[in-house]
Amino acid sequence: MKYLMTTAAVLAASVAWAETPVLTVYAGDYFTSEWGPGPKIEAGFEEICECDLEFSTGDLMPRLLLEGARTKADVVIGLTTDVTAKARATELFAPHGQDNSALTLPIVWDDEIFLPFNYGHTAFIYDETRIETPPASFADLLAMDDDIKIVIQDPRTSISGLALVLWVQAVYGDKAADAWAQLSPKILTVTKDWSASYGLFTDGEADMVLSYTTSPAYHMFAEEDFTKKAAIFPEGHYFMAETVGKVAATDQPELADAFMAYVMSTDFQTLIPTANWSLPSALPEDQWPEGWAQLPLPEKVLFYSETEAAEVQAQAIETWRATLSQ
Amino acid sequence: MARHTQPIKTSTLTGPIAAGSVFFLILAALAAVASKAQWPVTFGVADWAALRFTVWQSFLSALVSVVFAIPVARALARRRFVGRGLLVTLLGAPFILPVIVAVMGLLVVFGRSGWVSQGLGLFGLPPLSIYGLNGVVLAHVFFNLPLATRLILQGWQAIPAEQFRLAGQLGLPPVVVFRTLEWPVLRQVVPGAFALIFVICLTSFAVALTLGGGPRATTIELAIYQAFRFEFDLGRAAMLSLLQLVVAGSAAVAALWMLPPIAAQMGRDRPVQRWDARGAGLRALDTMWIGLAATFLLVPLGAIAASGLAGLGQMPSQVWSAAWTSAWVAALSTVVLVALALPISMWLAQTRWGGAEALTLVGLAASPLMIGTGWFILINPFAAPTQFALIVTALVNAMMSLPFAVRILMPAMRQVIAEYGRLSASLGLSGLALWRIVVLPRVRAPLGFAAGLAAALSVGDLGVVALFADGDRATLPLQMYRLMGSYRTDAAAGAALLLLTLALGMFWACDAWGRRHAEG
Repeated sequence: MKYLMTTAAVLAASVAWAETPVLTVYAGDYFTSEWGPGPKIEAGFEEICECDLEFSTGDLMPRLLLEGARTKADVVIGLTTDVTAKARATELFAPHGQDNSALTLPIVWDDEIFLPFNYGHTAFIYDETRIETPPASFADLLAMDDDIKIVIQDPRTSISGLALVLWVQAVYGDKAADAWAQLSPKILTVTKDWSASYGLFTDGEADMVLSYTTSPAYHMFAEEDFTKKAAIFPEGHYFMAETVGKVAATDQPELADAFMAYVMSTDFQTLIPTANWSLPSALPEDQWPEGWAQLPLPEKVLFYSETEAAEVQAQAIETWRATLSQ
Repeated sequence: MARHTQPIKTSTLTGPIAAGSVFFLILAALAAVASKAQWPVTFGVADWAALRFTVWQSFLSALVSVVFAIPVARALARRRFVGRGLLVTLLGAPFILPVIVAVMGLLVVFGRSGWVSQGLGLFGLPPLSIYGLNGVVLAHVFFNLPLATRLILQGWQAIPAEQFRLAGQLGLPPVVVFRTLEWPVLRQVVPGAFALIFVICLTSFAVALTLGGGPRATTIELAIYQAFRFEFDLGRAAMLSLLQLVVAGSAAVAALWMLPPIAAQMGRDRPVQRWDARGAGLRALDTMWIGLAATFLLVPLGAIAASGLAGLGQMPSQVWSAAWTSAWVAALSTVVLVALALPISMWLAQTRWGGAEALTLVGLAASPLMIGTGWFILINPFAAPTQFALIVTALVNAMMSLPFAVRILMPAMRQVIAEYGRLSASLGLSGLALWRIVVLPRVRAPLGFAAGLAAALSVGDLGVVALFADGDRATLPLQMYRLMGSYRTDAAAGAALLLLTLALGMFWACDAWGRRHAEG
């Protein structure tokens, strides 16, 4: 009898457990680490949703394309602006249902499918103890002494590297090859990904590194190091954002919608800066965490829409490759 | 002598089956990728440039590694000194390091602001510039010199002690000893070592790019990565993977063609007294080579360890659980490797076909991304591929270690067949009993070395896990990359040190197991 009761209790418990709906969120690889935004987002959303949020991390686009309609994802978070075209073409995604006018991005965003949850810009980071007169413009950077060594990322293997190539294309257009030729002797090396480049910079091997306008924030707020600065150029900086999308075939449509709404909430947006080291997509500057509004940011922002990027990207990469191979 | 040896009666099928399953693992993945491809595929100027650079840098890297490994191996073969065992173990460390860690270690020494450049600065000289083909070769020699040294050392140690004693009694000068005893062994060992390193360097990509200084240093593997992870152009990915397999296959065939027929030597495996190398001049020469190699390999390692110590305290707890994951993936991978390598090497050791083991090189040239993606495609219709991420990683790692393991095991296998083939046959020993009583005790030392190498390689490999790893299935290298990707460079350095320690620890444990009772 006692045994039966225990069994019944276990059964009841497991039924109750099974009834807690699960929202499966695919996220970029860095997302769920202890220092990433994942754990805070999970805790924040589970407080209001009466559900279980499960992150599943990995290489987002290859995984979505390989899984296709069999994907288990209800929501995908972390699709960068350079892959939205490819993600859209899968036809896996449904409209995000949020009001784009609530966004506080420096560009106009009218995408009904992919909703940005953060943003930043490409920038060259320098250490002011090592570079006394930083370049005040892109033209200045090109004219700098060739002894100044810069490390960048490969546009064929890295998102930030691709953004740099599009940045140069946006600023110099037909003269992009000339700009690369001027930059070439200053480029110490090209790395596969952002991490290796940034490591070379912090180890003192390179004087400047291609990174983001928000990189100094990490050093300021996490390390109390105020010597790392982003060189701000009047020609403009290339815009990058990470987006979140709702999977059309989700078996948890209400939860997915609730998650999209949560992304736009003040709770979510205020944790983005220090958890993600990027800028919140829907939060007025006066509500940013303390100190963040003082971060130097560009006046002018450059961005190719998906269709424009598709037109110029291949040629821009080939110009980069051909010029730097000489 | 070996020509007339009695074949040993292990099951005649296990070897071909094991080898066949490796080829199946690769070909099924390639076919799966190709089946999803959109044809036709373009092959442009940039791809030809990548192919040329890939082959050229691999050739140079293999050449330099082998040329320097010969004097180092000779020095280690004829000298006994305190700490020699530890040195030989530590010399293997660069080989198992994750590439980015090794690059950082090399730059501490050889970089623009590295120690050498700072030293040059004291004399008013400009800093060293290692970004270019020289940097690529430097890094590849750093990785592969130890491997080449150990393979050549192994060949050297296969020369029976009796022959050296005889040479000593006859008072043969070193030149003659070299020509009559050492050169025949080198001819057998060096082409294989060269081909192995050539193929390893073929698939290099992050190292080549970073130290090569830019897109000039584009390898085929980079194009494969780009096709898989960035453009998701499976047709291009499949074609480039095939191209890489063909280049590696050609190297294997070339090695096969260069290798002389195998002649097993019989010795009593006593410690070698080198009567021919007692002169002070030779002693100084050997000391110099060992010193140079040790400095070149150990100083960057020291730099890695030093920067890692500071970061150990800053590591989040996830790093420890990832270390545990990596340890069991490595253990699984090692078990698979041993199960594959023993029958394959036994099978190949009985063929007349001198360099047959070179064919296992093809497995090493298969891009892990290709195998990972292919098996993702194959598993996906039936189950969630993420659940198999670690299993696939262990299998791929085992396969990548196979060429090393087979190369390491073959000489001992040949010896067992030559010495005990006839006896075992007359005693009617076969199957498991034969393995247990005759073979295993006699290949224990190389088996331990091969297993250690496999375990260490697996610990250090980022491999396919990055493609579809869940948050709680992260391996240590992946966790280290995550730390690097979130500005946590200090903690990442700590994780790198932990990784180095774990890899060396597993290597040492297997190698020591093999060497214990090795004479038995």
